[in-house]
Amino acid sequence: MFYNLPFIVAGLIIMVGIVTMVFKRNLVKMIMGLSLVEAGVNLLLVAIGYRAGGIAPIFTNAPDAQMVMPTVQAMTLTNIVIGIATTAMLLSFVMIIYRKYGTADAGKMRKLRG
Amino acid sequence: MIQDIILQNSPALLLAVPMLGAFATPLFGRISGTVRNAWVLLVMAATLAISLVLGFEVLTNGTMVYTFGAAAPSLSIPADSGGIPIRIIFTVDAMSVFMAISASIVAFAVTLYSLVSQKMSTGKDGYYALLILMLVGILGMVCTGDIFNFFVFLEINSLAGAALVAYRVDKGLAVEGGLKYAVISTLGGLMVLFSVALLYGQYDTLNIAMIAERMQFTFLDQVALVMLIVALAMKAGAVPMHFWTPDAYSMAPSAVTALLIVASQASLYGVFRVAFTLYGVALNWVTIGWIVIILGVLSMFVGVTMAIPQKDVKRLMAYHAVSQTGYMLLGVGVGLAVLGDPEMMKLFGLTAMEGGIFHIINHAMYKGLLFLTAGAIFYQTGTRNLNKLGGLGHSMKWTMLFFIIGALAIAGIPPFNGFASKLMIYESVFLFNPLLSIIAMVVSVLTLASFVKVFHSIFMGPKLPEYEEVKEVPGPMLAGMGILALLVVLFGIFPQQIVDILIAPAAGALIDQSGYIESVLGGI
Repeated sequence: MFYNLPFIVAGLIIMVGIVTMVFKRNLVKMIMGLSLVEAGVNLLLVAIGYRAGGIAPIFTNAPDAQMVMPTVQAMTLTNIVIGIATTAMLLSFVMIIYRKYGTADAGKMRKLRG
Repeated sequence: MIQDIILQNSPALLLAVPMLGAFATPLFGRISGTVRNAWVLLVMAATLAISLVLGFEVLTNGTMVYTFGAAAPSLSIPADSGGIPIRIIFTVDAMSVFMAISASIVAFAVTLYSLVSQKMSTGKDGYYALLILMLVGILGMVCTGDIFNFFVFLEINSLAGAALVAYRVDKGLAVEGGLKYAVISTLGGLMVLFSVALLYGQYDTLNIAMIAERMQFTFLDQVALVMLIVALAMKAGAVPMHFWTPDAYSMAPSAVTALLIVASQASLYGVFRVAFTLYGVALNWVTIGWIVIILGVLSMFVGVTMAIPQKDVKRLMAYHAVSQTGYMLLGVGVGLAVLGDPEMMKLFGLTAMEGGIFHIINHAMYKGLLFLTAGAIFYQTGTRNLNKLGGLGHSMKWTMLFFIIGALAIAGIPPFNGFASKLMIYESVFLFNPLLSIIAMVVSVLTLASFVKVFHSIFMGPKLPEYEEVKEVPGPMLAGMGILALLVVLFGIFPQQIVDILIAPAAGALIDQSGYIESVLGGI
């Protein structure tokens, strides 16, 4: 049970994020939902990479040659960087939309339809 | 000597050249606009040349495996890693070069066209840099042999694409389209990453060939399969996840839309790669094949029926793009459904797949051409509304000619390329299930009807007073359209040669999962 806890929490965070994206009309909140999904996926990645009693792959500190392979940690870092770029871009889009339409409510901005 | 180095490193150069080009573009822009334009054109031409060289190499000598950071693929497995490749590998097979070549051709035509269509706009340094970066994303997606790397290039592609859609703010409308595209792409990207995590957790590797070899098809694998297919089909714009396509395609500058089509097809390539190579023999072919077929038929039908009532010419074309994606899904889906039956595969499955894959490159050509003509009309008249346009045939003769070529090709009229690939799909799908083939033909007829209407309202009729001053678009724009139109006609006249040279090896590469695994793991 305790071993599975990180996976359950990651799944919960992803769920909360998706529900937020679907049900919130405010664009900023939708992007917050997207960030939550991203955080959940990151947590899942790190949880997969966890090894009980593993040794960090820093050669000077490792007592012997057995170290944890840091692939998922590298993947998580990559995804964090991509996430920052995406979130920044999305928020700047929302800023422009708010400036042009005077609202950030997805329900009120329906110029592109049909 | 130098040729050998270029040849050996062509998979890396295919990405390195445009990536360097993209980030150097703003620097050249500091000098002058002309220098920058020359640089961008040079980079695009170089990328096209490299993709052709790589294509020639792969089609003559078979799949090429390129390992980053090591002299030979065999060095990517350290002695103490337990047989797990740790380096990023590019696996370039016939399907990859097919996608890479069609992407670079469209990108080159789009650049030529942009030189004029963006002339009056500001911020061109960023525009060209993003355009090239988007090409980098597409090329990376189709060449990589590493599933996490695929995710990274998918994100590069989506970010550059969304930024380009929103680039010309247009009272906020373009930003709204860009926002939808960005949210959908990011969510799709995260779903892909989620499945990558599931696969890595089970098989301890990110190498596509290695995962395919170890594939157990457990419950988690099935979850990952569904997530991957849904996410990539969403990015490819298949019904029922198509709602972002009309907004993004119609609001982006026309040149960008032509490249967005290729980006969608790179996602389609992802769907096929996942189904055939990553899962392959482990799949329940019939079920997955039928899911793909149903997605395809729905896309065809919903796309075309939504297109007919549209008033905005680019929105109309965007719905047709959804509809044409359906043909590719249908063709390849039929191939997938009979993958386990060698006799049916030989009888019609392979032809259906070749038709579907042939349609990818044909679609990139004629749809790119149609969007460019729509952009040319918008460039000269300032409107995309079909009710306001009319009588342009008198003044824009070349644009009209290119539009006719594109419209007849999309409707599947001989002797244009759309006919060649659609005929292959009709014939083979008829043997599989006559009803599907009939639906495909009906959709083609509706497509023709819709384009006749568009043609009539834009080009026919008397010269309208408000468009009295309208002239033909400048040379480079015509050249960009001309390249694509020429290819549309050439592919239509010599379909058999194209199929033999490019398409049949690509279809063969998709089916041959063990060959893919062998070429990667055998070389290690």
